[in-house]
Amino acid sequence: MTTHHDLVIEAEGLTKSFGTTKALQGVDLSVARGTVLGVLGPNGAGKTTAVRILATLLTADGGHARVAGHDVAHDAQRVRQSIGLTGQYASVDEDLTGRQNIVMIGRLLDLRAPAARQRAAELLEWFDLTDAADRPAKTYSGGMRRRLDLASSLVGRPEVIFLDEPTTGLDPSKREDMWNVIRSLVADGSTVLLTTQYLDEADALADEITVIDHGRVIAHDTPEGLKRIVGGQTLEVRPSDVTRLAETATILAAVSAAGAPEESRKGLLSVPVSDGDALSATVARLASAGIAVTEMSLHLPSLDEVFFTLTGRTSSDTTEEVA
Amino acid sequence: MTTNTAATNPAADLTADPAASPPSVGPLRQGDASGSGVVVAVPVAAAKPRPLPLLRHSLTLAKRSLIKTWRTPEALIDVTLQPVIFLVIFVYIFGGAVAGSTGDYLQFLLPGILAQTIAQGAIAIGVNLNTDLEKGIFDRFRSLPIPRSAPLIGAVLGDVVRYVLVTISTFAIGYAMGFRIQTNVASAVAGCLLAVLFALSLSWVSVFVGMKVRTSGAVQGIMFLLVMPLSFASNVFVPTGSLPGWMQGFVNVNPLTHLVASMRGLFLGEPIGNHVWWTLVWCVGLVAVFLPLAMRAYRRKV
Repeated sequence: MTTHHDLVIEAEGLTKSFGTTKALQGVDLSVARGTVLGVLGPNGAGKTTAVRILATLLTADGGHARVAGHDVAHDAQRVRQSIGLTGQYASVDEDLTGRQNIVMIGRLLDLRAPAARQRAAELLEWFDLTDAADRPAKTYSGGMRRRLDLASSLVGRPEVIFLDEPTTGLDPSKREDMWNVIRSLVADGSTVLLTTQYLDEADALADEITVIDHGRVIAHDTPEGLKRIVGGQTLEVRPSDVTRLAETATILAAVSAAGAPEESRKGLLSVPVSDGDALSATVARLASAGIAVTEMSLHLPSLDEVFFTLTGRTSSDTTEEVA
Repeated sequence: MTTNTAATNPAADLTADPAASPPSVGPLRQGDASGSGVVVAVPVAAAKPRPLPLLRHSLTLAKRSLIKTWRTPEALIDVTLQPVIFLVIFVYIFGGAVAGSTGDYLQFLLPGILAQTIAQGAIAIGVNLNTDLEKGIFDRFRSLPIPRSAPLIGAVLGDVVRYVLVTISTFAIGYAMGFRIQTNVASAVAGCLLAVLFALSLSWVSVFVGMKVRTSGAVQGIMFLLVMPLSFASNVFVPTGSLPGWMQGFVNVNPLTHLVASMRGLFLGEPIGNHVWWTLVWCVGLVAVFLPLAMRAYRRKV
């Protein structure tokens, strides 16, 4: 691998086994400075293992990796000075208050006490935790805990941020909030590696996406490139009146680039669309034709569909291997 | 990448937009030229490295233990009520039979109960660390540029408070029951310090077991099996001379025997011999063997 000066994370041929389970079987990852890499894969694909190796929590069996210019195996302390890690489950001390958690991290990062307190106040404010700052973290809601966790990993102003499934378990509105936080981190110049099980999340946040399965990289592309392979958005419409299915199909065919819709389930028409205006155009045409609908949605392929396209099997075949 | 230009709430349910109103970050703000200022990536650690990292980081983490202790006072029962109950039971039930009078037996027994409770108090740290390790906070510690041993050393140091409490409650009930120091305050304090030092050294056995076994129940069980013979096959409850000869061999090398004999010397003015030195040798030995073992087990337990 040629070392590119602008690559903040570069991993080559990472392997890791736990007993007889091969969690990683030669994974390459690279992330350029100031960009977001989405690592997409089902449970057990090896995402968390890869993050733990890059964040120096685990040692790889084979391959090598550099983060922020330092080798993760031989120069782990230097790597740790440059990274922030937000785990799949929140890495906060539940018996400590939010403020005590962040001050403790600040002290461990060699801030003097007043500076650590100031940094804590700043981050608590930014993450809207000021009101809850002096309550034990065990009283926090799931979303607050995630925010505290992320705040804790930002104390040292890390150059590289690892986010391991940052929105798993969050309700949709909190998920959107977390996305906005991540966007502002990137706007501030951070480099982010984010793992996710959702194509829409990777699509919303990442500059490039690496899809891994069974510990191997099965695709690496930009979100646009990946969507070209696995298909873009799908519009689904279910008319209330089944007898008007044919009319609805004609309208959908007109807005879609791909032509005639298919009836994916009984009474439900689905058609691939590429144009962002397709939804509103469809709504307008359905309204003027006087067709009422009981269901209408626009969505990206699910992880199952992505995997089916890429591997010919569903991702559920691969789950529950290594957490 | 989708950029949501309408996103003015970068952090959760925020009402303020940091990009629009960067918070003042004062002296921390070295080196960042743009951005909101709160999270800006600065390609070095947040502050210059300062000397003695292991000590400072361990103390920071000891403070964490203290906060946790403060929040869960019920976890202090083993070091506060237990010595009280043991002293009362043993002095009033066995005192007459063992020493002829409860008063004489109290003088004899108090240093022993202190040593026994302190040894049992060391069980808790292994149990706690075993459960702690499953929680995410240890991932956080591992991802920070701190010495790997700092979280364990911090936890052990944080337990000093527990051992000081043992000492205080043992002496408080002892004095109420009629125990009197026969030497002087300096000797008594030295005896207490020796007991606390021994507890900190013995903690490393508990930490090692806590790192090695899978459940906290197993830590408790194993440590109890270790501590019971140490407390009973010793001079804690009866004079060594009254024990069968074959057992005296063990009793005479038992670290608790040396600790108790040292305390009897320092509290009551009894002949002290080499017991203090042997106690110190045990302390050094326990730390020298079990601290590295515990660290190795901790590194492997991911």
